[in-house]
Amino acid sequence: MSKPLLEIRNLHVWFKVFGGILKVLDGVDLIVRPGEKIGLVGEMGCGKTTTMKSIMKLLPIPPAIIPEGEIIYKGKNILKMSSEELQRIRRKEISMIFEDPTAALNPVFTIGQQLQDAIKFSGSNNVKTKKDIKNRAIQALKEVSLPDPERILRYYPLQLSGGMRQRICISMALISSSELLIADEPGTSLDVTIQDQILRLLKELVEKRGSSIILISHALGLVRGMTDRVYVMYAGSIVETGKTKELFSNPLHPYSQGLLNAIPKLTGDGIGEGISGRIPEYINPPSGCRFHPRCRYVKPICKEKKPPFFKVDEDHEVKCFKF
Amino acid sequence: MRENINESKKKLKMWENTRRNWYNYSRNPLSIIGLLVICIIILVTVFAPYVSPHPKSADKFIDFDEANRPPSSIHICGTDQYGRDVLTRIFFGYRYSLIMGIVVLAIVTPLGVLLGLTAGYFKDSWIETIIMRITDIFVAVPPLILALAVCSVLTPGLFHAMMAVCLMWWPWYTRMVYGISSSLKGEFFVQAAELTGASNLHILLREILPNCMAPILTKMSLDMGWVILIGASLSFVGLGVQPPTPDLGSMVAEGCKYLPDQWWISVFPAIAIMLVVLGFNLVGDGVRDMFGA
Amino acid sequence: MGNKFIVKRLAYSVFVLIGLSILIFTISRVLPGNPARMALGSRAPVWAVERLREEMHLNESIYIQYYYWAKSALKGDFGISLVTRRNVASDIIEFFPASLELALFAGILMGVLGILFGTISGWYNNTWIDNLVRIISYIGVVTPSFVFAIFFILIFSYSLELFPTIGRLSPHLIPPPQITKLLTIDALLAGRYDIFLDALKHLFLPAISLAMGPLAQEARITRSSITDNVKKDYIASARSCGIPEKTIMFKYLLKPSLIPTVSIYGLDFASLLGNAFLIELIFNWPGLSRYGMNAMLRKDLNAITATILVFGAVFIVANIIVDLVVGYLDPRIRLGSERTK
Repeated sequence: MSKPLLEIRNLHVWFKVFGGILKVLDGVDLIVRPGEKIGLVGEMGCGKTTTMKSIMKLLPIPPAIIPEGEIIYKGKNILKMSSEELQRIRRKEISMIFEDPTAALNPVFTIGQQLQDAIKFSGSNNVKTKKDIKNRAIQALKEVSLPDPERILRYYPLQLSGGMRQRICISMALISSSELLIADEPGTSLDVTIQDQILRLLKELVEKRGSSIILISHALGLVRGMTDRVYVMYAGSIVETGKTKELFSNPLHPYSQGLLNAIPKLTGDGIGEGISGRIPEYINPPSGCRFHPRCRYVKPICKEKKPPFFKVDEDHEVKCFKF
Repeated sequence: MRENINESKKKLKMWENTRRNWYNYSRNPLSIIGLLVICIIILVTVFAPYVSPHPKSADKFIDFDEANRPPSSIHICGTDQYGRDVLTRIFFGYRYSLIMGIVVLAIVTPLGVLLGLTAGYFKDSWIETIIMRITDIFVAVPPLILALAVCSVLTPGLFHAMMAVCLMWWPWYTRMVYGISSSLKGEFFVQAAELTGASNLHILLREILPNCMAPILTKMSLDMGWVILIGASLSFVGLGVQPPTPDLGSMVAEGCKYLPDQWWISVFPAIAIMLVVLGFNLVGDGVRDMFGA
Repeated sequence: MGNKFIVKRLAYSVFVLIGLSILIFTISRVLPGNPARMALGSRAPVWAVERLREEMHLNESIYIQYYYWAKSALKGDFGISLVTRRNVASDIIEFFPASLELALFAGILMGVLGILFGTISGWYNNTWIDNLVRIISYIGVVTPSFVFAIFFILIFSYSLELFPTIGRLSPHLIPPPQITKLLTIDALLAGRYDIFLDALKHLFLPAISLAMGPLAQEARITRSSITDNVKKDYIASARSCGIPEKTIMFKYLLKPSLIPTVSIYGLDFASLLGNAFLIELIFNWPGLSRYGMNAMLRKDLNAITATILVFGAVFIVANIIVDLVVGYLDPRIRLGSERTK
């Protein structure tokens, strides 16, 4: 087992808002090893994006507070890094592809300007002159299979289709990430067929470079096809993790079971069964295990203490008192 | 029996709406302060003869013994060059400010809104062209200049000042409502109404207008302040309310001659103007919050 | 964008100006009273007044009156001013530069300072700087310009004696050769820095009194625009690519945030031009606004009409410039109809 590239330990993230404090992340633990493809699954609002943004320290710090936890990247704690070191990592090693490609591109600058800025600041050694930068930009667009890159450089985001914008976001992220790519719900705002293309593209690029990727999604089918290991997240903490094949065929946590049951199947009953209840409020989250109000196996201890990770198998861990 | 239940359901809904509106409005404490200030000013204005310390000062009044007194316990804002109590004159002066605001908006809003609705709905027709071209002409001159010009060619006075301000104010409502109306024109609910044979008037007033109410009301609240400001500017140059009738703008102008020694004659009316404009501004912001814009 | 747009706008502006002239003409001729009598005074004999009425075409229908007026106006003759007894056109030429200088200076102050304060306030959201700027801009927005003028005169002239209050240049200085007729620029062109500074000192108080209100408005709009945009994903995306904070603030955040600000600039400039009438009066600034204000107080019809047309034209040009700048900043407006897919 190789040394982990990225390790999130017991991350807590709170947000100070008008009505109080939103205790969004409640002890997230996550490990990414070099070359691994990790999936992060959970319903909307469970804290996936918040976790990812905190990896790159993209959370606006006045409303956000990080009272506890560490994010260790290549042995160093990101949360305590100097801004130069952080910049270096952002420029070269880790990058993020945001959920909505339209919102992630600045509407008043051309694609060329934004791409070239990313290249300029990525600190690569072989891009010095303007021509070099432009060529690198064209190369980046070719990498994501965009036709006629020269023309695209001159366009504004509004002039392009959703699929093209998504590819451009991917190419920008690729420029500044050699080690780890974080993809937040790639292709959700697009046609299913285009989404499929985008995901294949991502898989290809990541495998070619040998970098790791964290794929966030609320669509289980997506994650299944692309990842080696999966983390299931609920209401601000990881509830189960394991190898993709194993977790999908044998979900252990009641929530994961509920998720997988909810998928409509072609055979059998057809429409799946949902999980009753809703995600909790973060201002007054449930005590103990945050899933206990919705859990059918709830026991008194679930209301009092937060369950730790129980190791069921190699690489398969569950945070549940059932075990 | 059935009707009673429907009636009470309606009332309940209205009550809930009101509560929600108030909740949204009061999110910002400043909006409440603005509302308070305006309420106080309105009360003081309406009951001016009863609450002002020296009611006689509001009219022709001369008492040179008391002239040019600095602020004291008897005359909280001092007296002016004729011995009139400044605070009283401020109270009465507010009357004209508020009257101007109310009258101007009462005239301008229906007119401007109706024109805007019509122009937007009949987009790409001669109706729209005429209305919007005329609007463009009125909007071509900076508003204050137009108001000054109109006031100057008529005999100075409150009535003519109000007319002048009406003349330069209506286009802004027309433009705003035109924007909304023309974009709503293609919406399905409008087409549905057309298909069921609704008259144009019905469509304008019952379909499109309700969608404009939020920005209109917000603009009206803010405009009260601006109209009062313009009114004060007009009377500052002598084109509004004429002395000896008290008016905030002309009080500032008259007091200019006595600066800096008898500063209170100008300064307190100036603060009074700022206060009422600020109040309406805060209320307007609150109204905007209330509608969730 | 470019040429076609400008030509279209200019053509439309001409139409608007014509309409404006009709409007003002109608309003000014509708007044009760006898302009000829007012011109000659109450002591003039009746036959002189009648003679003047003939000359001014006052006895004919309003259409004919407009026809005569328009005919001479096109030739550049706007009639004779009742107050100065000169050609209104020469009056305009004489007084316009002073107002232009004041309007430009105030306009620059309002734009630059407004955007600066708004940006600082937005960037340091919810800190004491932000709150201070917000309070000051609230006060700025609700205070009439003449109150600012009086306030500044009291503080800076009477108490501190830093700035003069009357006129454009101190009496002991001779104005530089008139090239642009803007004292500050002419002084610089002539290399006379002492005159330049003196002219600037005279300009400062009236300009800042004019600019305070709109400046506050610009600051507020800029601030809300920046606070909205700083949360947007494209800023986070730029950060995640490692683009430095300075570039983000001054390039990626500023450009989109300026769009609402510049859109408002036209209206704020209008309020600048309007309030100039009061400010020039207070400071006795020898500009077109003061000339116009005097004309209005004395019912000098020819002067009033011509002055309003000049200001209308200035405002129209300002609006065209504003629209061009907004078009430059926001490609969505320029290219709205050109989406590829």
